[in-house]
Formats: sequence, C-alpha cells, structure tokens
Amino acid sequence: MDLVPKMKNVSVLGAAGKMGSGILVLLSFEMAKLKIGKKSNEQFVLNAIDVSQPALVNLLGYVRSQLLKHAEKNIVELRDWYADKENLVDNEDVINQFVEDVMAMIQTSTRIETTYESELIFEAIKEDKDLKVKLFSQIKQNNPNAWFLTNTSSIPIGEIEKEAGLNGDIVGYHFYNPPVIQKLLEIIKCDNTGDELNEFSIALAKSMRKIIVPSKDVAGFIGNGHFMRDALYALNQAQKLAETEGWAKSFFMIDTISRDLLVRPMGIFQLIDYVGVDVTKFILASMQPSFPNETLSHGVLNELFDREVKGGQYADGSQKDGVFKYQKGRITHVYDFGTGKYVSKEDIEMDCAAKMGELPTLKIYWKTVVRDKNKAEYLEKFFKELHQIDSVGANLAVAYGQNSKAIGQMLVDTEVAASADDVNTVLETGFFHAYGPINDYF
Amino acid sequence: MKALRKKVYMVAGYNTVSMGTGRKEFHPKKPRPDLEHYIKEAGQATLKMIGGAENVDEGVIGNFMASRFNKQANLPAFLPMIDEGLKYKPAISVEGACASGGLALASGIKSILAETADVVLAVGFEVQNTMKAMYGADVLAGAGWMKTRKEGHAYFFPGVFSNRAGAYYEKFGKEKTREAMAKWYCNAIENARLCETAQEFHNKNKDLEGTAKMPLNPKKFVDHLNYSDCSKVSDGASAIAIVSEEGLKNVGIDPKDAVEVVGIGQAASDITKEPENMTCLTTMKAAAAKAMEMAGITVDQIGTVEVHDCFSIAGIMGAEAIGFAEEGKGVDFVLEGHTSRCGKVPFNTTGGLIGWGHPTGATGVHQAVTIWEQLTGKAGDAQIEMKEDRPYGMTVNMGGDDKSLVAIVYKRGE
Repeated sequence: MDLVPKMKNVSVLGAAGKMGSGILVLLSFEMAKLKIGKKSNEQFVLNAIDVSQPALVNLLGYVRSQLLKHAEKNIVELRDWYADKENLVDNEDVINQFVEDVMAMIQTSTRIETTYESELIFEAIKEDKDLKVKLFSQIKQNNPNAWFLTNTSSIPIGEIEKEAGLNGDIVGYHFYNPPVIQKLLEIIKCDNTGDELNEFSIALAKSMRKIIVPSKDVAGFIGNGHFMRDALYALNQAQKLAETEGWAKSFFMIDTISRDLLVRPMGIFQLIDYVGVDVTKFILASMQPSFPNETLSHGVLNELFDREVKGGQYADGSQKDGVFKYQKGRITHVYDFGTGKYVSKEDIEMDCAAKMGELPTLKIYWKTVVRDKNKAEYLEKFFKELHQIDSVGANLAVAYGQNSKAIGQMLVDTEVAASADDVNTVLETGFFHAYGPINDYF
Repeated sequence: MKALRKKVYMVAGYNTVSMGTGRKEFHPKKPRPDLEHYIKEAGQATLKMIGGAENVDEGVIGNFMASRFNKQANLPAFLPMIDEGLKYKPAISVEGACASGGLALASGIKSILAETADVVLAVGFEVQNTMKAMYGADVLAGAGWMKTRKEGHAYFFPGVFSNRAGAYYEKFGKEKTREAMAKWYCNAIENARLCETAQEFHNKNKDLEGTAKMPLNPKKFVDHLNYSDCSKVSDGASAIAIVSEEGLKNVGIDPKDAVEVVGIGQAASDITKEPENMTCLTTMKAAAAKAMEMAGITVDQIGTVEVHDCFSIAGIMGAEAIGFAEEGKGVDFVLEGHTSRCGKVPFNTTGGLIGWGHPTGATGVHQAVTIWEQLTGKAGDAQIEMKEDRPYGMTVNMGGDDKSLVAIVYKRGE
C-alpha cells in the first residue's frame, strides 16, 4: 500500500503529552522513510499540536534526542540513504544530517486550525469524550476528508464517530507507553470505520513494526478491559484485608502478592501509581456507561483522588507519590488509607510476611523468568506448589490468578478479543506479563 | 641488515586492564579512568621494575588517535607526567594506526642501535570509549585512506575485513572458514579467561561456539563477520623498557628475566592502493619474513606468536602470512588446534586483540609484554610451556588494512 498520499501532511493532537510525543516520534521515523529513504520530492509536514507552547519547546528536544538514537542505531541503512550526498562522509555527518532533515519536517502549533490541511490526524489528548467529539467535529467541518487515528484507550470509538459526525473516518489506534519502545498496538475498528482507512492503519502499523491486536469496539478494549477489572478486584481484596490488618499492610500485601506470587513486573498498586490514580479513575468513568450491570468505580480510588494521592509521573519520568512513595523506583513508604499518613515499608514488612505465611520454596522472579527459554516449565512448577500451600498469601494469590483468568475469558466470551491468544498477547506485550491471563496455571 | 649491530633487550613489561564492554567494572555512562591514568599506571609500573626514572635515557609513546578520541596531541610531553625524573629527557611520539605500539618499539630499538640511549621507556596507549561505537568507527577509519571513507561501510574497518573474509570464503570455502573463525574466537576467550587484565577475563559464556556461529546480520552489521569476529573497543596502556646490554646491567636485571630482540621487520605499503591480493596480507608477509631473516630462524623454531587479530579472519590470514600455512590452509592450521594453547604454536596466549582487548595504540606494546612474560615464565595462569626446539617468540603488529607492519622475533635472555 502506498502510504505517501496520506502521509504528506499529518497532525498529532496532544503532541507534547507522554503518548503524543512518542507517537510523533514514530511518525517522524515513518516520514523519514518515505521522504529520505525513498528519495521523494514531495513535501512532508508533521504538525505537533498542543495547547502548551512551553511543552512544545520541550517536545522538540525530546524528538531530537530520539531521532539521534534512531539514527545511531540505523547508521548502516542511513549511509545508504545518503550515499549520493558527497559532503556527508563520516557517520557523524550522516547522523546529524538525518536529524536536521527530519526536524525540518516537524512544525509546532497551538492552533487547532493547523489540522485543516492534514490528511491524517492522530490524537492523544486526555480520555475525555466530550473534548474529543468537540475537536473532531470542528476539524471535520473544515477538513471533510481527514482521517482520525485516535489513541483512545477505553471510550468506544463508535460513540465518538457518531457524535462528531465522522462518517466512518476514524479508527482506534491505541499505543502502549512508551510508544517508541512498546511493540503493542491495539487497533479498534468501529462499525462504521471505512475499509480503506482500516487497511491503511494496518499497513502503517506494520511499517512501524508493531504487534497488532484487533479489539472489538467495546469500552476499555482488551488492555484496559483487563487492567481496570484487575485493579477493582485488587481494591476489593485490599478493602477486605484492611478490616483486620489496617490499610498500609493491606495495600502492601496485595501489591506484593500481585507482583511476586503472580510473577508480574509490578504489583497492582504500583501499576495504578504508574498510570496515575486520576487516569485510572477517568478510564473507569469512561467505561461505566457501556456496562450498566457492572460497577466500574471504587470508593477508595475516588477518595484517594479527592485527597490528592494521585501518583503519575514527573516530567523527568520519576514516579510521584501515590499509594506508595518511591526512591529510585523502589517502594519506601505505604499510604495508610485509614489515617491518611505514609508508613515506612520497613515497619510493616515483617508483619506482612508473617501474615501471608508459607510461600513456595521455589523462588522465581519476573525479571529472570520473562526471557527464559524454559519459562513455562518454571511457572508450572511454581504455581503447582502455590496451589498446594494453604496460607493466607498463597490463597490470595491463587484467587487473584483465577480472577485475572476469568476477566480474560470474559473478554473472549463477549468477543472483545477475537481469541485467548489476543488477550494474552496484549498482557504479555502491553503489560510485560510473563504469561497471559488465560492459562492452565489457575 | 642481516643482524642487529648490538644486543637489544626488553624487560619490565606491564599491561593495565583492557577496559571496555565485557569488564564488570565498565559502565558506558559512568566516569572512567582517563588517558593520564593509563599512561601513568603502565609507565610507573615499568619504571618501578627498572629502578626508577633516573635509569631512563629516552622515552617513546605510541598512540593512534588521542587527537580525536580525547582531543589531545603533543603526546611526548605526557612522558614526564609519569615521573618527574623524566623531565627534560628526550621524548617522542609515533603514530601508525593500530601499529603505533609496534612503531614505538621499533623507535626504541633504533635508539639503542644508534647508541643515543641504553634504556628507553616505551609506552603505548589508547582511550577510545569516549565515544559510541558508530562515531568511534569514524575515527578508526583514519587508519584507512580517507578518500575511500565515503564509499566504505558505516563500520569502516569491520567492512574492510568483511570484504577480505568474503573473498576468502569464495576462494577457499565458506563453511570451513567460518568454523575456523569460530575456533579462533573460542581460543581467544578461553585464553583471556586466564589473564586478569583481559577485557574478556569475566566472560562466563558457556556456549562460545554457539555465539561465534550466530547467523550473520548484514542489515545491522557487515556482510561476512559477526561481532565475535571483531576485537572490541578498549581503553588501556602497556609499557616496557627497551635496553642495551649496558642498560640491562644499569637497571640490575638478570638477562634471564629479559627477552632479547633477535630480529625486527618493518614494512609499509601504499595506503592509497587497494590490496593486491584480498586473501593474503602481503605486507605482513614481507615484515615477518624480514624479522625471521634477521633472526636467522625459520618458522618452525617459533614457539609462540602474538598476531594482530583485529578480526578473526586477520588472525587466520596472519598465520598464513607468517608462514605457518599456505594461503588458504590457515583455516586447517587453526582447526587442527596448532594455534590453541596446547598446540604446536600457541597464538595470542592471553586472548589477543579479540580476547585481551585492542586499545589500538597500546596493542603493539601489549604483544611484546605478553611475549616477554611467556618467555621468562611470568605469565601466571596463562603461562604456556616453551619447547626446546621452538625457543622463539614473535609479535606481528598491523596498522590499517595491511599497511604499516612491525614484526619482531624474541628469545629469552641468557
């Protein structure tokens, strides 16, 4: 498929954000392939649009650093691209020229009108349906042929399409954080999405070397469909455990169980901190209308938000305080929801271990298992032992694993995911789990 | 010249660690020792063994590209930094790409022969982890003719020797050659594990052969070589004292603890010309032949060799160039185990450039230090047994693609 006609003028809305900046970088790589790699005479423009001018300035610094890394990694190919430029002799010359050439295609703007010239509009603004609808319909009225590729993570695309009057010119294009590195891309075609757009979106994703998982247009899709329900389950379990153990120990234990005994890269409350309590709350709220029979909210989460215990990241990527406080990425303190104060991890660690009781003798760690060839064998042994132990920790872990599996199965049964494999791919690649939720371990 | 006009010895060799990827203490983003540190460490160690700076008459420093890796020139003036006692003494620096170290030795030997000195301190160094590999490749490309840089590979020298390897595959068979290159790599790492200054000393890989036989990846690297076929990027320095008979007495060292230089062959060929034979290192062949002729020995009397294996294929072609095997038969020579540590002629007994490391300007001196250690029984865990009928050691140091060569033949002092 020839991507050029649609890629000549592209806009990214919310370009200065965490996801938007990554998507902008990926698009700049793609434009470079078309413009420099294929020696095209066409003019290419990549508009980086955001409400914040200072954030756009910072964005350019980030894009430049990413382009430099990309060029260094691909120097063998780049020398070929610039083979006819006699003045570019050293690798350094070629790398610098590449960065300059790509930067020259990027223009920043704080005005929505900039999108009126674009064939493609990528959107990565906050998860707010009304805002998306407002912007898209305004653009559509002024730029009737534009295609929208939205990084919406949970709102049904079909609702946005209908309310903004997009005439099928929208597809869900859900990247994972950080987009430049994360291989997973959930593509969500709504009922009206045009075939040409759908084909284009797949061709582009392939060119970006993404692992594509199609998801049905059901709120939350596959990724958040699992994560949000997993988080609600964890909050419920924590609430129960808090009745006897208090909140600090309860948060800490459920987090430890979901990390160490489920062999995941992060505990569930650390993941909520990473994503942000606020963002988690917004995603749940955006999913709720689609599931009137489910309660997709949690009093504790809402209360944390109200108390400004929000998590999320600083601009430099370091973690803000949330359910936990961190030092160099490690948990140091735990929020006691009962008293509203943070408690040192060291003060509760021993009690928590005593409460959890016996654990498998076979110690396995996500970090080493995840890339091991004999991963399945280790996991099977570990979980088998886990099932045989009758302790508070082991029982909570088994129940957690079973619940996660049930969520995954539900996503298949309700056809959100086309197969168990798709669910597992999303969790393994998008969330870096060592194994998918639909498995024989639980 | 048929033979050296007077006796020349080398003593008191010292190698710093070869620092770079593979060493536990190496971290690309953390501060590392600088060139001053390496020059001082190696120079001071040698001075200590020869009774201090007052015994030194001259100094010579070998380096390739401090001017670009470290933006530093005027290197002779770094010799007095090693020790105040070297202040106001003659010092020079020499450059001949990766043969800079060998040229430093040649320069020192000439000072002894010219009788301007009885004791010469020779130091070689390079600190090249100051830049990422793809930029370092630009700098190292200076060992080739700059007018060919544009058409060259991003990784210029791997590209040059990849082309040689490709020609060798075509002429003599790819499969066996790849086997021999894998064997070369295994030998290099196994030897490096016995030498604590080696860059690959910490290598714990249980499947070296598997690593060497990984499929080639021309898209990200070169057509005919793997990373395991290449020497790494290294920081390090080596030092040795080059002395006359009088000098040896002056520093108070028993001749048995010294090696005598019995032959030296230097050769250069036109850097602006393509190799006349892609599968033969003809300049190396000329230099090695001269050195052996001066020593009055044949290849069958050589008991150990330090050859310039900047790439595994260069090591194999080096064995041929020295005369251990005919052109195309070097692969058999290696595969039959003759270059292994228990073989007929152990090559690169502490890992060579691939295993020990390749701090470019230091390499020639490092080779001499290793031969000195082996012939005088100071090689520690890496010690090999020297056989009576093969008492000679040899170093072959190459700059660029077979352009600047220094070959030296040694025997233990008597």
